[in-house]
Amino acid sequence: MSLPATMDFLLPDRLDDALDALAARPGTLPVAGGTDVMVRLSRGRERPPAAVDLTRIPCLARWEREAGVVRLGAAVPYTRLADELAGPLPGLAAAARTVGSRQIRNRGTVGGALGTAWAAGDVHPMLLALGAEVELVSARGARRVPVREFYTGPGRTVRAPDELIRAVRVPEAEGPQSYAKAGRRGALVVATCSFAAALWPSRGTVGTGIGGAADTPLPALEAERFVAGELAGRRLWQSLEPLPDGVLTRFGELAAAAVSPADDVRGSAAYRRHAVAVLARRALGWVWDDYRADARAKEETCA
Amino acid sequence: MTPNAPDSYAATSCRTPGTVGDSAPRPDGPLKVRGAFAYSSDLEAEDMLWGTTLRSPHPRARILSVDTAAALALPGVHAVLTHRDVPGRNLHGSMVVDQPVLAVDTVRYEGEPVAVVAAEDPETARRAAELVRVAYEVLPPVTDAEAALTPDSPAVHDGGNLLRHVPLRRGRAARGEPLTADVVVRGVYEVGMQDQAFLGPESGLAVPDPDGGVSLHVATQWLHVDHDQVVAALGLPREKVRLHLAGVGGAFGAREDLSMHAHACLLALRTGRPVKMCYTREESFVGHVHRHPAKMAYEHGATRDGRLVYVKASIVLDGGAYSSSSPAVAGTVATCSLGPYEVPDAEVDVRVVYTNNPPCGAMRGFGAVQSCFGYESQMDRLARELGMDPVELRIRNAVAEGSAVANGQVLDHPAPVAELLRRVRDRPMPPAAPPEGAHLARTASRGESVVRGVGYAVGFKNVGFVEGFDDYSTARVRLESTGGQARAVVTSAAAEVGQGVVTVQAQIARTELGVEQVTVEFGDSSFGSAGPSSSSRQTYVTGGAVKAAAEAVRARVLERADRLLGRPGTATGLSGGAVTGPGGRVLCKLADVLGDEAVEETVEWHHRPTFPLDPHTGQGDSVFQFAFAAHRAVVDVDTELGLVRTVEIATAQDVGKAVNPQALLGQIHGGTVQGLGLALMEEIRTEGGLMQNPSFTDYLIPTVHDVPPMHVDVLELADPHAPYGVRGVGEPPNISSPAAVAAAVRDATGLDLPRIPLRLEDVAGLTRTPGSGVR
Repeated sequence: MSLPATMDFLLPDRLDDALDALAARPGTLPVAGGTDVMVRLSRGRERPPAAVDLTRIPCLARWEREAGVVRLGAAVPYTRLADELAGPLPGLAAAARTVGSRQIRNRGTVGGALGTAWAAGDVHPMLLALGAEVELVSARGARRVPVREFYTGPGRTVRAPDELIRAVRVPEAEGPQSYAKAGRRGALVVATCSFAAALWPSRGTVGTGIGGAADTPLPALEAERFVAGELAGRRLWQSLEPLPDGVLTRFGELAAAAVSPADDVRGSAAYRRHAVAVLARRALGWVWDDYRADARAKEETCA
Repeated sequence: MTPNAPDSYAATSCRTPGTVGDSAPRPDGPLKVRGAFAYSSDLEAEDMLWGTTLRSPHPRARILSVDTAAALALPGVHAVLTHRDVPGRNLHGSMVVDQPVLAVDTVRYEGEPVAVVAAEDPETARRAAELVRVAYEVLPPVTDAEAALTPDSPAVHDGGNLLRHVPLRRGRAARGEPLTADVVVRGVYEVGMQDQAFLGPESGLAVPDPDGGVSLHVATQWLHVDHDQVVAALGLPREKVRLHLAGVGGAFGAREDLSMHAHACLLALRTGRPVKMCYTREESFVGHVHRHPAKMAYEHGATRDGRLVYVKASIVLDGGAYSSSSPAVAGTVATCSLGPYEVPDAEVDVRVVYTNNPPCGAMRGFGAVQSCFGYESQMDRLARELGMDPVELRIRNAVAEGSAVANGQVLDHPAPVAELLRRVRDRPMPPAAPPEGAHLARTASRGESVVRGVGYAVGFKNVGFVEGFDDYSTARVRLESTGGQARAVVTSAAAEVGQGVVTVQAQIARTELGVEQVTVEFGDSSFGSAGPSSSSRQTYVTGGAVKAAAEAVRARVLERADRLLGRPGTATGLSGGAVTGPGGRVLCKLADVLGDEAVEETVEWHHRPTFPLDPHTGQGDSVFQFAFAAHRAVVDVDTELGLVRTVEIATAQDVGKAVNPQALLGQIHGGTVQGLGLALMEEIRTEGGLMQNPSFTDYLIPTVHDVPPMHVDVLELADPHAPYGVRGVGEPPNISSPAAVAAAVRDATGLDLPRIPLRLEDVAGLTRTPGSGVR
């Protein structure tokens, strides 16, 4: 197993040049903050023929808001996401704040996390809960993929070798959102498992996402269907009553039923299944309680 | 001293500032804080090559062939060396010489060095290493320490897998009588493999010398023991190999064994060019020894009123593939196996075993950490069985001056165990509710399922080397006049590993010689040995050597002053840069007495002798000093998710004399946190001998968010045998804190928790613990 002697490192300042590079040599590795890929490179686990640096391409490092959607450039670092977008994207900003250390957050990006597609990555569950869309672009053209269809396996996605993640389109919050993460250390820790919940009052739904508990990040579809039905059936959107304990518990059980966790150094499979149920139950309780408190506060303001 | 009030330290004043008892600032402090300090990994030389190591990917295999041709053919490669290129003894080891410098026909652990490469740059060196073709016959590894002791286990080394057995028999057990008591509790406890997790990787620079020798600049804990082994490997005369201390980025025991030392020298001698080696982080995890995993079956017998009658223990330590300091660790485990308690009868067997797991050796606490977790878990279990307060039970059985400990040695210095326990117990508890925003991990809980727990532990350990080993130190002190000012120059080979031994030496010289200006110089391997920066011993032993050398210098200066003054017996002391007489009266300037003629003395200083342990009973005065500390841990546990937040830790420690109170606090804080890490998160996990988490992504050490407020209560009960009454301080904070934190989590959860580090699934109550008794 002889590895290539050298690796080209390309520094384009135009998106088209980066796309041409990807088209010209399959397997070229896009690098934004490098917090994942540089570790793999320096450990010698991976030696692509070329890497293309994305940090000089201005359009990738911008975000804009249009029609209730934030279009987040792939190379916007977590620090900026957390600082600049906590208003429209409170859940994603909260998840971004739990990534690594400040130094990592200064470099790491949502685009990079999507490229690596690490099942324990902190932003995936919230992207799933928010129903985000990934913008892929290549010399052949551009396409949008719902994030729920993006992850295909451990570290694998629908991204073609010549495609670049240009941006992620994230619907702006219309209710409380919560990211619950269990790890063995108070900070600077990879999630053993995690759960994201986002309330969508206009649709009467709760979006979900689970991290670290299967080969890929995944939504808790059964739990979503169940809670939407309970909220409607019990007329809770109107009454603003608390969610019954039984509903919270069942929601957690359904979330845990969605996972297929493994044993590893961060926790046992049994722990992950258990913890997903607990985190899901808590996260749902928090977003619903926050929603009720917000609604009450609004009523008082109006009265 | 007023406990736990850093301000009170400043009240200790001396006539010359920066003497013993002052928080003299450390000279390396500002550089380290600014990031300007040169560590061993920062070394560079013109024209230098980079060395790298090819390591075994298998924990156990036969090497059938090694082909270096393709590697050597790569442009930019200057040397590829295997065991055939080791001109001297192809074995090293600081105690038992059993570890190949480069593997010959067998590899015994994942990461064992097989070949080394020197090339123009690190990348070329690494690629060349990948081109070395090694044919292995992979063998099933020996990975279970207990199974390794069974007759049908494969042998890791010729001669079997038992590396050392230390039996200990006291009282009825020594007379072969059965051990019985009214109340008996049993438990099986385990401690996982902790890593020292220093931040500065193994690194150094070897420079060929014109005389055919080599100079090695390296981060280490003991130049001289390294020197012996490098000399043997190179087959050169001692004087042609020179070892110099480079900037050390943390040690904690992990730099007691050779890493890249001989390899870099071999490459430098072969290529005729300076060779730098610097391990990657992942490589560092396999590049040094770890804390021994331990499995400890304990049985405690007591009277109904809570007096210990006997202790039985069978303790197995996983030594990994090579001996390192395992024999001495096993001795420490035995000597500390009963805790700081009066135990009339004891039957203890400690076995350390070869396996194909990562080699284990020295780490802060050196075996005393593991046994403390065992006996303190038992003391809590016994207290529950008796319905007694756990602290009261400990106090009732605590040793004091005049008591005998496990090795039968009578403590002939203060041993305030009961007092240390009372101090941590009597300290006010932290507020019941966590302050706003201080939930376990704000991302997992808004206060759900959070339960408070409190745990106590007390521990002890020998200071310095034991069992007849003479770990002396050498110091040279020179007093001279420059520009009309007296100044002292202290030289020793004591390794500054971050603990502050440079500062302490300067403080001692100031104290004895009454001069402010002191320079401390590092002696290289041609200077006398200082012994290692290990085992909490440098302030005691090198401190003793500097004190003795300074006293000898002072005596000569006072003689000279008497002669100059023409009045024998007038000059009695040195203070504030002057020679003083009775009542502190200034007689003359010290610089005038010195003139152009410096006064210099070199002293090789030995602590009082220690003696071997009886091979059948483990009895013997094997220790020259014991040190003690107690901890109280308060935790909040999310009992559903198994998350632990340490709310507060209180500790009390007898230090004999606080030579540098600020540095002392640093040792106590750091050691306590390292113990907290062992209790809650720090573990190297292996599967089939393969390391699962060799990186700081998954080998977790406490961050600022995990470290609670700490209350440190310092006792200064002078040891009459020690210079200034000092007692070693580096290890005791590390010994009882893991047991205290684990006890607090047990208190919160009601779970048995017989194993540390505690895993999330353990604390969440999802782990069955067969055979450890039911709480």
